[in-house]
Amino acid sequence: MIRPIAAFVAGLAAFIVAPVSAMTIEPIVSPSGIKAWLVREHAVPLIAMSFSFEGGSAQDEPDKSGTAGFVADMLDEGAGDLDGATFRERLERHAIELGFGVTRDYFYGSLRTLREHGEEAFELLGLTLSRPRFDPDAIERVRGQELSELRRELSNPNSLAGRNWWRAAFPNHPYGHDTRGTLESVGRINKDDLRTYGRRVFARNGLVVTVVGDVDPEVAGRLIDRAFGMLPAQNALKPVADATPSALGRRIVIELDVPQAVVTFGGTGIARHDPDFMAAYVVNHILGGGGFTSRLYREVREKRGLVYGISDNLVWLRHAAVVIGSTATRADRTADTLGVIGREIKRMAEYGPTEEELTAAKSYLKGTYALSFDTSSSIASQLTQIQIDKLGIDYIQRRRALIDAVTIADAKRAAKRLYGGELLVTIAGKPTGLAAGGRE
Amino acid sequence: MFRDAWNSVSRRRIALVSAVFMFAGPVPARSAGPPVAEYTLANGLELVVIPDHRAPVVTHMIWYKVGAADETAGKSGLAHFLEHLMFKGTAKHPAGQFSAVVAAFGGRENAFTGADYTGYFQRVPSEKLKTVMEFEADRMNGLALTDDDVLRERDVILEEESQRIGNNPRARLGVQIDAALYLNSPYGKPVIGWRHEMAQLTRDDAVGFYRRFYGPNDAVVVVAGDVEPEQAFAFAQETYGKVKRNDNIVPRRRPKEPPPVAARRLTLADSRVEQPIMQRAYLVPSFATAAHGESAALEILAHVVGAGSNSRLYRELVIDRQVAVAASAWYDSLALEMSKFGIYAAPRGGVSLPELEAALDAVLTQVKENGVTDEELERSKNKLVADAVYAHDSQASMARWYGSALTTGATVDDIARWPDRIRAVTGEQVRDAARRWLDLRRSVTGYLVKDDRPPAERHL
Repeated sequence: MIRPIAAFVAGLAAFIVAPVSAMTIEPIVSPSGIKAWLVREHAVPLIAMSFSFEGGSAQDEPDKSGTAGFVADMLDEGAGDLDGATFRERLERHAIELGFGVTRDYFYGSLRTLREHGEEAFELLGLTLSRPRFDPDAIERVRGQELSELRRELSNPNSLAGRNWWRAAFPNHPYGHDTRGTLESVGRINKDDLRTYGRRVFARNGLVVTVVGDVDPEVAGRLIDRAFGMLPAQNALKPVADATPSALGRRIVIELDVPQAVVTFGGTGIARHDPDFMAAYVVNHILGGGGFTSRLYREVREKRGLVYGISDNLVWLRHAAVVIGSTATRADRTADTLGVIGREIKRMAEYGPTEEELTAAKSYLKGTYALSFDTSSSIASQLTQIQIDKLGIDYIQRRRALIDAVTIADAKRAAKRLYGGELLVTIAGKPTGLAAGGRE
Repeated sequence: MFRDAWNSVSRRRIALVSAVFMFAGPVPARSAGPPVAEYTLANGLELVVIPDHRAPVVTHMIWYKVGAADETAGKSGLAHFLEHLMFKGTAKHPAGQFSAVVAAFGGRENAFTGADYTGYFQRVPSEKLKTVMEFEADRMNGLALTDDDVLRERDVILEEESQRIGNNPRARLGVQIDAALYLNSPYGKPVIGWRHEMAQLTRDDAVGFYRRFYGPNDAVVVVAGDVEPEQAFAFAQETYGKVKRNDNIVPRRRPKEPPPVAARRLTLADSRVEQPIMQRAYLVPSFATAAHGESAALEILAHVVGAGSNSRLYRELVIDRQVAVAASAWYDSLALEMSKFGIYAAPRGGVSLPELEAALDAVLTQVKENGVTDEELERSKNKLVADAVYAHDSQASMARWYGSALTTGATVDDIARWPDRIRAVTGEQVRDAARRWLDLRRSVTGYLVKDDRPPAERHL
């Protein structure tokens, strides 16, 4: 499963604002009227594009979860007059890379090509978005691959802990469905379902595009039209209701014969446009963000040696926000590990971070931003996420001030909001001395 | 973020690095940037600088020419354990200070261990380059360990072993295949170690290993990013240049593999297996041990046979005969000792592993008898060489590529000529490589199947 890109954007960020803000983002409009952001970069003779359509796996029919992901897997299986083998040969001969992925809210794509093969690359993408073949033999082959992968996930503790967390947190809501589907649902998906998904989602109104590379606005506009110009103007999305995670306070154990128990824990998060978002983002970094300095890393790994890795992240979806973390620990120490995590979360909710921690976290988060803009492809995907989140073309310049503006009072308030409630915990493995529990 | 993101996974890590290698050839002339600069300090430390001025950021990596293959018998996992312990502070800088300083300016850091190398890196603003060099030079011989640190960290590596291997049946199969493939080479041990030996590692073991293997005279520092080579050299002299040579360090001489004479087979049954698979590994030369042109021919062979959905294995097993849901091949070129050529396939429901294996062998026999087509040869070369341009888009990939190559017997010049070597490969060489190296007697074939016995009878 591809995790919501939001989680990664949380890890975003530019040291010196100089480099990143020195990067010029040009808003462009293609001849047919498609808006995009362009960053010209002449150092390497390639073009990278990132794009997304509104409408990810949340658009799957309830009994056919995995449809969006199935479509993503089918887009290099032939289009127009080109069968799958011919299509893939054309890509490889010119070293053109196309990638597709799905989150709960979006269908994502990426393209990378040498500049000299730009026309061919964007044309092949346009062909597969507008006229995918979905040949029956390819459908069955891809279905076989997906079922094989899903069977494997049935015994993968990471996958089980994660899937069961989302199922329990969002019952009766599309966010609770497995993004990649189940053995049953993927078995039911047919060619019409794939076609219907494409027709409903691949449209110009839900489209966000970023192009980075050795290309000027005129050429970029023409290429964008080759890829997206023939798509319908309007998508046809089903409405998705706003939701908050449920089953908070519950602990669910999925029995599995593995030496190490995998734990997913989480609760209600904070929406991207909530005034407390940046404070929450900073506080979450202090509690369990990446790197070797978070409280959870220090308390659970460094001081007690209970785990190898531990982190938690803010995930913001279009219709819900959660904070979700994970770790893995020896079966007979699962209770200890959960105890330490619980204490740290409670301590953060009650007292918030210290001034020192806040200063250090702000410094890190400002500085590290530039590292997320280090390749053409990563620049493209970062800017696509900024567009999706509607943060504005000047966000990179403004971000530093937004972080600086977080006060200790803001951080304490956000900590209480994020961690003051109860958590839903799922455990896959054979934890000893721990049973499922909590109130329903 | 986990420390040692790419460490261990046994020899699979080398496959990873190999992917970087393929990704990275020199840039075509039209995009040629400033040339890569090479220096050697008086104390023996090698420095490579790869300028990239697109953003004011540098990737700073130090690679020690020591890895799991240098451990003494009974101490498996020690190289990787020491890598963890290198974050426990020095006499000058207490534990956590280096990480806190890197975090304060927004940098990112990690470390990794392989069979042939142990590496540490930071990605930081260019003006902090000297600062991280100072810290890294300090822990080159200033490490201060307490028993308490060591014991707690030993629990952490045991959890890491569970996470990477114990919880993952496919990784368990890979460990068994390596152990069977290498009869005499230390590559047969998992990089992360055998659990029973990891659990006995001590502070003295770690300190002894550190004193024996860490020093400027077996270190390669790679700096990629926004810095002038002369400036990086000056910083290196002012920091690393002050560290004394370590005279305990001697050239690496590991036990060599005898010529393999018997095909080996194994089956691992694991109760968690829902999708059986087969894997095969052939003992083949690495770039360092190969005759001229042989390693490049193996790269093309692996690409034609098993890279992506245009490959022979995928087309014949997955698309045409429909006996597999997945099939691929890879080759690890970057290793100091004899390396391996791997094949992986997962059967479709209703197809047995022996049936799948027979179909797979038929594909390989075809290649051995008839070679590859001109079209396949051209397409593979284009793809491999074009990927080089993409690699130049990432300073971190460039740094990893140079570091892994320079610690496994290659030179900067070897790296520069990689595309030429790929372009020079002929169809005959690819066919000959298949005939010579894809010989079952050189291989281990492993099956991963479901263990259906009740738990009490498994005796794991």
